[in-house]
Amino acid sequence: MTDSTTTTAGLPVSFDDAVARYEPVIGLETHVELGTASKMFCGCPTVFGAEPNSGVCPVCLGLPGSLPVINRAAIEYAIRIGLALNCSIASWCRFARKNYFYPDMPKNFQISQYDEPLCSDGYLDVEVEGQQVRIGIERVHLEEDTGKSLHIGGTAGRIHGADYSLVDYNRAGIPLVEVVTKPIAGTGALAPAVARAYVTELRDLMRALDVSDVRMEQGSLRCDVNTSIAPAGSDRWGTRTETKNVNSLRSVERAVRSEIERQAAVLDAGGRVIQETRHFHEDTGSTTSGRSKEEAQDYRYFPEPDLVPLAPAPQWVEEIRAGLPELPAARRARLQADWDFTDQDMSALRNAGALDLVEETVAAGASPDQARNWWLTELSRRANESGVELSALPVTPGQVARICALVAAGELNNKLARQVLDGVLAGEGSPDEVVAARGLSVVTDSGVLAAAVDEAIAANPEIADKIRGGKAAAAGALVGAVMKATRGQADAASVRDLILQRLGQA
Amino acid sequence: MAADTELITMTAAQIAAAVASGEVSSVEVTRAHLDRIAQTDVHVRAFLYVAEEAALAAAQAVDDQRTAGQPLGPLAGVPLALKDVFTTTDMPTTCGSRILAGWQPPYDATITARLRQAGVVILGKTNMDEFAMGSSTENSAFGPSHNPWDLSRVPGGSSGGSSAAVAAYQAPLAIGTDTGGSIRQPAAVCGLVGVKPTYGGSSRYGVVAFASSLDTPGPLARTVLDAALLHQAISGHDPRDSTSLDAPVPPVVAAARNPDVAGLRIGVVTELGGEGYASGVLTRFNEAVEVLESLGAKITEVSCPHFSYALPAYYLIAPSECSSNLARFDAMRYGLRVGDDGRASAEEVMSLTRAAGFGAEVKRRIMLGTYALSSGYYDAYYGKAQQVRTLIARDFAAAFEQVDVLISPTTPTTAFSIGERVEDPMAMYLADLATIPGNLAGNAAMSVPCGLAPEDGLPVGLQIMAPVLADDRLYRVGAALEAALDSRRGHPLLAEARGLEGVGGAEQEAGR
Amino acid sequence: MSITRDEVAHLARLARLALADDELDRFAAQLDVIITAVARVQEVAAAGIPPTSHAADLRNVFRDDVITPSLGAEAALAQAPAAEQDRFRVPRIGVED
Ligand SMILES: [Mg+2]
Ligand SMILES: [Zn+2]
Repeated sequence: MTDSTTTTAGLPVSFDDAVARYEPVIGLETHVELGTASKMFCGCPTVFGAEPNSGVCPVCLGLPGSLPVINRAAIEYAIRIGLALNCSIASWCRFARKNYFYPDMPKNFQISQYDEPLCSDGYLDVEVEGQQVRIGIERVHLEEDTGKSLHIGGTAGRIHGADYSLVDYNRAGIPLVEVVTKPIAGTGALAPAVARAYVTELRDLMRALDVSDVRMEQGSLRCDVNTSIAPAGSDRWGTRTETKNVNSLRSVERAVRSEIERQAAVLDAGGRVIQETRHFHEDTGSTTSGRSKEEAQDYRYFPEPDLVPLAPAPQWVEEIRAGLPELPAARRARLQADWDFTDQDMSALRNAGALDLVEETVAAGASPDQARNWWLTELSRRANESGVELSALPVTPGQVARICALVAAGELNNKLARQVLDGVLAGEGSPDEVVAARGLSVVTDSGVLAAAVDEAIAANPEIADKIRGGKAAAAGALVGAVMKATRGQADAASVRDLILQRLGQA
Repeated sequence: MAADTELITMTAAQIAAAVASGEVSSVEVTRAHLDRIAQTDVHVRAFLYVAEEAALAAAQAVDDQRTAGQPLGPLAGVPLALKDVFTTTDMPTTCGSRILAGWQPPYDATITARLRQAGVVILGKTNMDEFAMGSSTENSAFGPSHNPWDLSRVPGGSSGGSSAAVAAYQAPLAIGTDTGGSIRQPAAVCGLVGVKPTYGGSSRYGVVAFASSLDTPGPLARTVLDAALLHQAISGHDPRDSTSLDAPVPPVVAAARNPDVAGLRIGVVTELGGEGYASGVLTRFNEAVEVLESLGAKITEVSCPHFSYALPAYYLIAPSECSSNLARFDAMRYGLRVGDDGRASAEEVMSLTRAAGFGAEVKRRIMLGTYALSSGYYDAYYGKAQQVRTLIARDFAAAFEQVDVLISPTTPTTAFSIGERVEDPMAMYLADLATIPGNLAGNAAMSVPCGLAPEDGLPVGLQIMAPVLADDRLYRVGAALEAALDSRRGHPLLAEARGLEGVGGAEQEAGR
Repeated sequence: MSITRDEVAHLARLARLALADDELDRFAAQLDVIITAVARVQEVAAAGIPPTSHAADLRNVFRDDVITPSLGAEAALAQAPAAEQDRFRVPRIGVED
């Protein structure tokens, strides 16, 4: 039902204008692939990138006669997630079948949970621009992933216009946890940033809990974003749209932003927003219409008769609770206090993905300030230049800490230290090996240094006179000459001291 | 070649003993049954696939084992007919459906594997109502099977190929599945013993699902002891089936060998009798009750007031589960594909294939189940049916406080004629009136022959129902009744079957 | 009339059954009879009666998180109506979402 008069986009509305006049409400449904060894209901492996259809069996292929058996570890992981999200854990619940036909779903129903989720009613606190926002968690439930289709013909890779498709069921049956938020209202202009902060926090949480590798680029964390807007001050919420498969942190933010702008334009033009699925496009940063949900899907949920109910013993839940690791927010607070960092320092580290790296560098002996500076400046610049994640640079926190130690001991100056880093990144070995191979240590031989100082004084008599006359600041020019003569391998402070001493000023 | 009459009329227990002692070889016995199939199956049409080579090889392996002095299991070397709903790696598995014609599964059902392990010789796969939906095998895409008592009659269903095979002496044993009576009803109308074990007592792994919460594999045989031996061989916990019970198999063989009902409290279910039941069925049933009483059983009448709602509840629950279970037959990964002309979408190909591949009864039940689960109807239909299920289980629980087992006629009528009920689904559904409550509650039940109806000379079955995991009681009562009736009659009931040539007077001495 | 022909057509679409017009007519009549008959479950006073979805009273049936052998692509694809590049070849997937 696409009535063009009600969906006309209208004139473009800027984001600031939109949020000045409309109040957005968002909601997120996040699917996370669990890092269990085997699949949700069978013993096939969960590896990413294996040969097509190599990791399938009668169960995950949905062959006639096959039956599912629940992976205990998947239940344990889901409970761990539920507890970390402050949820209640159901004392009794069931799996249900969600019935719909789709070629990548071997049984044409998905084993999921319906009205009896394993975990419900929790929250996750996130920080956005210095404000703490509490995101309500509606539910956390378990389900099975689908296979993957390759679309052949038409526009390369697109389902639209493809001639046919090729399906690989390796992914079918991998355990998925679905985390559904309650509607998030009242965040106004911060809505896009809140969405991003939530997904970031959720990702960090999954990593800390060691339940998933959460690689968004590999699809092990996938987001559906619900967005609606209503005129500011209205006591009713607007019609929501569901933007599917938003698969990077940046896209989460952009999808919310563009959907707010688009809906504002529709309402401004006197139209109405229709409840539908929309697709986010990375290239344009905007969404386009998918299937209309006005004729709602009838999934005919019913309790999965091939499985028996789940009733986690309270004792088991408490054991899992007792085994929870330190959660990201608590850890950040602890590290901030230990390191004496500002809020800005901390958010800079998080945004750069450098928190773990700095922690490890400090653990390897560097001071927190040194570690932060190296990772946020020199190393961030190099990661940017080569277009990789900070953590993907070919240098270990231990090596960074060693460079810091050499600087602190006066064996390297900053310039030399950068050259040592170059060597390490170029694969020339450890910092010590690079120092040795490139001959980069600071010139400490006093005879060599004294000769260079004397040479500089002799070559610049006027400057030397000024210094003798009490103008110590003029020493800089002589220091530069000495550094040049030693090809930068001297320690500038020592050189300066030596010059002043020679000219009777120390 | 005419089958060796002596070999094909032996019971499974006798064959196993003879093979173990070296009196006959399993190959000889298997050959005799293969000959019998070749000779009679043009009339009976019990088999969809006969695995001659594989069967002889399996028989040879048992004989070799014996020669090598290795111990043999209690059914080693005994031929068996397997319902075509169990997956088999060396034979197609079609479920009587065009949509699966020729499908060769890459895995064995747990029961298939256990039979092989026990040295049982699988002769082939038997005909069935498509996906086990029906009570006559007329819903098979490959044509109906015929009742060896009267070839113009149905052999019951859905395990009608299995019951026909055993009644025709093509195999001493068969495996069926019982979702609403699909073992007991064909056993009853073919004059056989058929058992639906306690739900979860026999594995469903590799049984192509009809209704998951009801499907129960079980044995068909000509004697109670044979049924017990097969029951024992296939049962027990299976970690691949989440609904499998992790409990010891009830002592069914010992019970079958101890036919004693003295002091046993037997309840006749008030609601399963009277109106709607053929007079000949009731005559034989009532006689059997008197026989049991004469053997020392204490007979009382017990009311199970909600049993009259079992049939409607069943025809909501089973179709609902089947509508979902059968969704996987979509032409994408295996089985039939229709209409893939390079332009049609996957959705269109699915719809065309399913329309062409499923028969009318399967389509009817898929749509009925789709309806019952639809939003807006769920509570009034599926939800209500689930509550009725609770009430039926409570009726059973209350009854088993008063008595040790319940009995009733297995079916309201004897075997009906082929074609008689095809156009009237509701009339067909009535065949399972008495057997369905046991499926809904999940308890154990057996049908045992209790004579021939005077009006048509066709077999009548008596149903015995026992509590969950009290399957042994079925065998105790069944064996007692069998022994008493056989001795009165002077021969097993099946010796009176007249539908087929070739097993004449000889079998009258055989069997015991 | 408990079910109309249009409703039957809708059910057939949901269940992916391409039924011919005469089949729809026949099924509509039969389903009407059956639905009327099974609607008897609604006569039972069942307020407060819990539903039973399983005959067996089991819970917490799990398997350990252990990898077991898979079929391998060749066996997995052996019965496929069409295959290409070790994948199941299926007709174009009509755009749903
Ligand atoms: Mg989901
Ligand atoms: Zn698998």
